Amino acid sequence: MASPGAKKQKADERAKYQRLAASIVPKPPLVRNAVVAFVVGGLICMAGQGVMNAFMSRGLSQDQAIAPTLATMILIGAVLTGLSAYHHIGEFAGAGAAIPITGFANTVVAAAMDFKREGYVLGMGAKMFIIAGPVLVYGILSGVLVALVRWLYRG
Amino acid sequence: MDYFLAFLVGGAICALGQVLLDTSKFSPPHMLVAFVVAGAILSGLGIYDKLVDFAGAGALIPVSGFGHSITRGSLMEAERLGVVGLLTGALEFTGLGVTTAVFFGAVIALAANPKP
Repeated sequence: MASPGAKKQKADERAKYQRLAASIVPKPPLVRNAVVAFVVGGLICMAGQGVMNAFMSRGLSQDQAIAPTLATMILIGAVLTGLSAYHHIGEFAGAGAAIPITGFANTVVAAAMDFKREGYVLGMGAKMFIIAGPVLVYGILSGVLVALVRWLYRG
Repeated sequence: MDYFLAFLVGGAICALGQVLLDTSKFSPPHMLVAFVVAGAILSGLGIYDKLVDFAGAGALIPVSGFGHSITRGSLMEAERLGVVGLLTGALEFTGLGVTTAVFFGAVIALAANPKP
């Protein structure tokens, strides 16, 4: 049975250890990461603008062009994942690859490929939205709630 | 000019997400959820629409634009159909993308294996 004194000593030691560990663990290179995320994410959005302009030049309004643009970018992200290329972009660019909608496609396809070995139904079928699922759940939850509030207070 | 604005705004949103990852305890899925919810709320406040007018795909392609598109579709259909539209409209703009992800995700996963 540890006495209160021994307990305090143990806590002190733990705090000392945590301070030491924090000083040794390398800090992420903040500026480098942010700049790379900016450039890669910006380039992906620029490509999206190109796809959107292509749809709009065929007579679609910006609103009508949103769905086909998102779908095209998702298809591109899915194919790049199938070719094992998106993984490298993600390792290099972090959020610059994860935040654009191509990253959404990447998480779906990568999970489907990885979990295939656990079976087609309980592996691939059940787990392909293991990362993209929360985005859909909270996106739809907050989107519908916000729209409800706006609709109730419409002028 | 529209390409430059898409690059600038899209890049800025991604850089913001990266800084959040590096300076907080958020894991990537937490960060993505935070962005989609932020997009839905900013859309309800009428702010995200202005960002889309300004930056086009630079605002729509990031996951925050996904949240905006859900709010916008829901609101648009609610104005047309009443309360049912809130639900039928949620995937008005994003449904095509979700179906694409499921369909082609499954086809590609059946055809390809992850590299070891």
